[in-house]
Formats: sequence, C-alpha cells, structure tokens
Amino acid sequence: MRLLDAIILALQQIRVQKLKSFFTLIGVIIGVMFLIAVVSIVEGLNKKIEVDFAGKFLGVNTFNVRRMPNIGMGDVTEAEWRSWRQRPRITAADADAIHAGLPDDARWAIQDSRNVNASTDYTRSGGSVLANAVTAGYFTIKDIGVEKGRLFTEQEDALGSPVVVIGSDVEKTYFPNIDPIDHIIKLEGYEFRVVGVIEKQGTTLGFNFDNQLYGPFHSVMNRVTMSHRDIAGIVVQAPNEQAMGELQTVVREIMRRRRHLRPAEKDNFVLETTQSAFSAWDKIKQVLVMAGIALPAIGLVVGAMVIMNIMLVAVAERTREIGIRKALGARQRDILWQFLVESSTLSALGAVIGIAFGFGISLIVSAMGLATSVAPWSVVLSVAIGAGVGIVAGTLPAMKAAKLDPIAALRSD
Amino acid sequence: MSADTGEYGLSTTAERQAVTNVPGAAPSKEWVIVTRNISRDYDMGGEVVHALRGVDVAIRRNEYVAIMGPSGSGKSTLMNLIGCLDTPSGGEYWLNGELVSRMADDDLAHVRNREIGFVFQTFNLLPRASALANVELPLVYAGIPSAERKRRAAEALEKVQLADRMDHRPNELSGGQRQRVAIARALVNRPAILLADEPTGNLDSTTSEEIMRVFESLAQGGQTVIMVTHEPDIARHAKRVIQLRDGRVASDENQAKFMQRAVATV
Repeated sequence: MRLLDAIILALQQIRVQKLKSFFTLIGVIIGVMFLIAVVSIVEGLNKKIEVDFAGKFLGVNTFNVRRMPNIGMGDVTEAEWRSWRQRPRITAADADAIHAGLPDDARWAIQDSRNVNASTDYTRSGGSVLANAVTAGYFTIKDIGVEKGRLFTEQEDALGSPVVVIGSDVEKTYFPNIDPIDHIIKLEGYEFRVVGVIEKQGTTLGFNFDNQLYGPFHSVMNRVTMSHRDIAGIVVQAPNEQAMGELQTVVREIMRRRRHLRPAEKDNFVLETTQSAFSAWDKIKQVLVMAGIALPAIGLVVGAMVIMNIMLVAVAERTREIGIRKALGARQRDILWQFLVESSTLSALGAVIGIAFGFGISLIVSAMGLATSVAPWSVVLSVAIGAGVGIVAGTLPAMKAAKLDPIAALRSD
Repeated sequence: MSADTGEYGLSTTAERQAVTNVPGAAPSKEWVIVTRNISRDYDMGGEVVHALRGVDVAIRRNEYVAIMGPSGSGKSTLMNLIGCLDTPSGGEYWLNGELVSRMADDDLAHVRNREIGFVFQTFNLLPRASALANVELPLVYAGIPSAERKRRAAEALEKVQLADRMDHRPNELSGGQRQRVAIARALVNRPAILLADEPTGNLDSTTSEEIMRVFESLAQGGQTVIMVTHEPDIARHAKRVIQLRDGRVASDENQAKFMQRAVATV
C-alpha cells in the first residue's frame, strides 16, 4: 500500500469518528497548545526585557564603563560585593582619556545620578527625583527628545551653565498648571533654570523614566550628584553592532593602562552591555523554556497513552476488516503501516489544533499588553512531536493488528 | 472411469492421479491446483485434531469444481489451504506452478492478492466503504495507482451489472447486489482461481439462482471456479464435485455421476 493511500484511509477513519477522535486528541492538543503559548510568552518577555528595558537603561549598541555592575539581576556574593567596593572610582579624567582614545564614529557621554529632593516656588516638596549630571552627547545616545523648550548644548555644559531639562512627571509635580520654561527648580540648595521638558518615556519594570531631570555635568549639577565620589558611568556608543566588540577592547585597554593593571590582573571596572546586564535573565529564560517544554511533555505522555488505548480498541473493533484486508492480499507491513499512519495522522491533527489554540492564547496575551511572538521552532517541534507521539502510541496496536491470523480475524464479528 | 471427461475437457481420475503421485515435481502449466497428500493438524490444548488426513486434489485451468462435505469433514480447512490463508502440516500444495505450502506469511499474502479471488458467505465487504472502494481493495495491495484502480474497479462492477451502484455502501445494497460486489472484487485482479465459500448461504433461493448464473457464465468464460458448499442444490451447478469425509476425499466425480448418485440416495 502506498503512503498517500494510507493517509487518505486514515483521514476517512478519523472523519467517521469525529467526536471520538477529538477526545482522543485532547492530551496532544493541550500539550502542544501550552508548548506554543509558553514559548511565545517567554519570547515576548524576552523582547520586553532585552529591547525595551535594556534598551532604555543602556541604549542601543551602547556600553557603560562603571565601577561595578548596575543592573545586577544575578546572585552576587558578599565577597564579590566587598571587592567591588574597593575598586578605584571612575573619574572625569577617565572620561577624558576614553574620549581621547575613541575612534571618530563612536559617541560618548558622562552620566552620573543621585536621588535628591527638589523644590520650586509652586511645590515645596514632591518627594525625590533622580538628578542626572550628563554631558550633552548623552541625549543623542539615548535618543531623548523634548516636548517643550530645548535640550542644553555642549557650550552650556562647557561653561557650566546651571540649566536643567526635566521629565514630564517632574513638570507635573513641581510646576502644576504652569509652563516650567525659564522657571527655577532647587536641588540640594542649588538653583537651576528649566530649559526644556523631555517627551514622555514611560515606566519600565517599575522604574519611572519621567521622574528624572538632567543638568550639564560640568555645572554645579555634579555637586548635586556628588560626582567627586564616583561617576556612575561613562557611556560609549558604537556606530553599529559589529563595532561593539572592537570598541570595548579599545576602552578596556585605555582603562587598564590608566590603572596600571598587569596582564594577569582582572579588570577593576566593568563594561556593562545589554548582554552582560541580562545574563541572569538568560538563565531565567532557560528555566522558563524548560518549563514550557516539561509541562506539555506531561500532556503528551497522557495523550500518547490515550491514543494507544484508542488504537487498541480500534484494532479489536476492526478485526474483521483486518481479516478481509489480509485475505485480499494485505501483507503484515501493510496493516502495520495502515494503523501507524492512522495514529500519527490522528496525533499530528491534534498537534495542528494545539498549534491553533496556542496561537490563540498568544494573541490573547498580546491583547492584554505583553507583545508575545510565536517561535517558528516551537511550531516545527510541535508538528514533529505530534507525529512522534502517534508513532510511539501506534506501534503496539499496529503490531498487534499486523500479526492477526487472517482466518480467525475473518471469523470474528 | 474413462467416461470422466466431460464437455469442458475435464481431467480423468487417472490423469489426476498421475499428477498427484510425483512428490516434489512441479506440475505442468495446465494444472492450476495440485495438492499431494496434504494434511492439517490442529493442536487443541494438547490433543491433536486431524482436520485433513492426506488429500490429493488436482484441478485444471477452467474447471468448475464444488467441494462438498458435512461439517467436520475438513472442507473449510481445505478451502483455507487452497485459499493460502493457512499452510498445511504436511504434503505439497502447488498453485499455478508455485509451491505455496512452505511459503512465509507475506509471500502468501502476495499469492492471495495475485492468484485468488475470494467470495464469502457473509460477503465480507468493508461496511464504510463504497462498492467501488471495496472492489478497489485488492488493487490497493497490488500497488496500482489510484486512477487505474478506479477504472478497473468500475469495469469489474459493470461486468456484474452494478455500474449504477458504484457509490453505494454495502448497507444500501441488497444481499444479491452485495454478493455481486464481492464477485467483482474477487475478479478485479484477474486471479487464477475464484474461491467461493458457501456463496449463497446468506441468500434466498431466487437470489441464489441469480448468483449461480453469474458463476456459470464466469466458468463458461474460462474462469477457474472452486466453490465450497454443503448444499447439493448449489453443488450441482459445478461440473465436478469433490466430496470430503473425515478429512479425506470420499469421492471425486463429474456432475452427471454426482447427480445420479444424489437421485439414487433420495
């Protein structure tokens, strides 16, 4: 018997018993559905973390030169923490040295920040805001634009002008119903003139990007952020992804030379990238993907047992049919083939339905706000699993059918 | 004994004995079935039952033979052996020039597919398949592509006057029509022998006559027909009647002689 004939026969058999076939397939459907859905949700979380969250904190093709990691999601031991605290500080001189050594197409900026209390003539205290002392290049690197007014310029930074660009929530809190441009905001006793309001950035994983303000690093803002202690980071941006590695090497060498590190000694600073900051997330992601595979596996095992059971019943019910087919010339392998194809077609059909449901769940989760995306590999894996479950579940019943004695089979009811 | 040769040029008893008496030698082409001392024993929980105790049967191409016998005579066992559904415990069985008595399962399946067309008492059609699909079945296992299968199956159904019933399922057909579908299925792969097991057992007498006329015309057209039955009324349609008793051939005679004896017994 040819494969196409066997598949057509199997589909006819399944069509005749629609409801029974559907219930038989529930295990496979649920298994595949969860596989597709969980993987798509993990992918969605992944995009949110890596692109959204990491992109906002660090910027595109960007790394931070820091004393210690900032976005530490992994486990840090007490000893590690203490060794980090003993590292030398990052200074403005480091920034100058890096600037001097950078290729022309790379961008750089200094960024330091501290939570401080602010006040204006209109609001005494609105809680703390995150004050940033940055050089003008920072806005370009982070792709920050203004909603009102303007950003401060390189000249203003060089001259140390006490100007500030505020986030939209700072505007709301400290300048209720007032245009804040050219008004004064006080930070730690220093007065700054507002020159612009940044367009709304939103909140990512609990961090409000709009409750921040930015002043020139070379103004008194560096006193507000206490930059003499340590500069939070020197931000370096490569022109493209390919240049990232080389640029990190250049910066690492500059820093090592400045600190007179011998070849055997480890870096006493970090170059924090999206990847390095989220290596912990990668671990979490692996666990989630494993769960996304292990849970459906239980469904698939149950599904396989149900299919095997149903196929055993089918062989018993169709003993006479098997006898007729054998009398007419079906060989053992024809009968084996027939039942194997039937069980795998059945189970592959379950996989297809499961994939459709999985897509459905993914769409629903998407509609609820998390941008999920169904991974093509999970679809391919599902179809393979579907057919595989069918073959595993069908082997025993099919072998039983193939070995039936034609005379006895013909005599059965 | 010499009067054995009938109008269809059937073999004489002497000729048949000559064929069956040479173990190991392939019979000449004209002999479609030759059994040499075949036996079949069943192990029924430690007790051996001898269903066949050495049967010699030789059937030429184009013969129309009935195998008779009361229940327990071994006629079903013989029919299973002739039909290659079973293999003998001893002896030789030559079918169409091939020694099939020692063949393995899958080779037997191949022989059944190519050489034997079965017609059963209970029709044995697949209930959920159309008449056409039922007739196609032997061609499916012969590995013939779908388009040619359909053409040949339709042709076979036309020959049994069921061209207008091809898409009907068995439960939409009368008993006689079902048996004609089964005959079409039996003949579609052009087998060496048509093997019918009580073909009229489930039919009323009118329909039985109709089916026997189909067999008659097939036999006249040159088809070798072997029919297993316990009804003398049905057996009389055959040109030769082999009677079994207690696992042995009790008589093997032409129709005229069989009729004479049947009348004498009444």
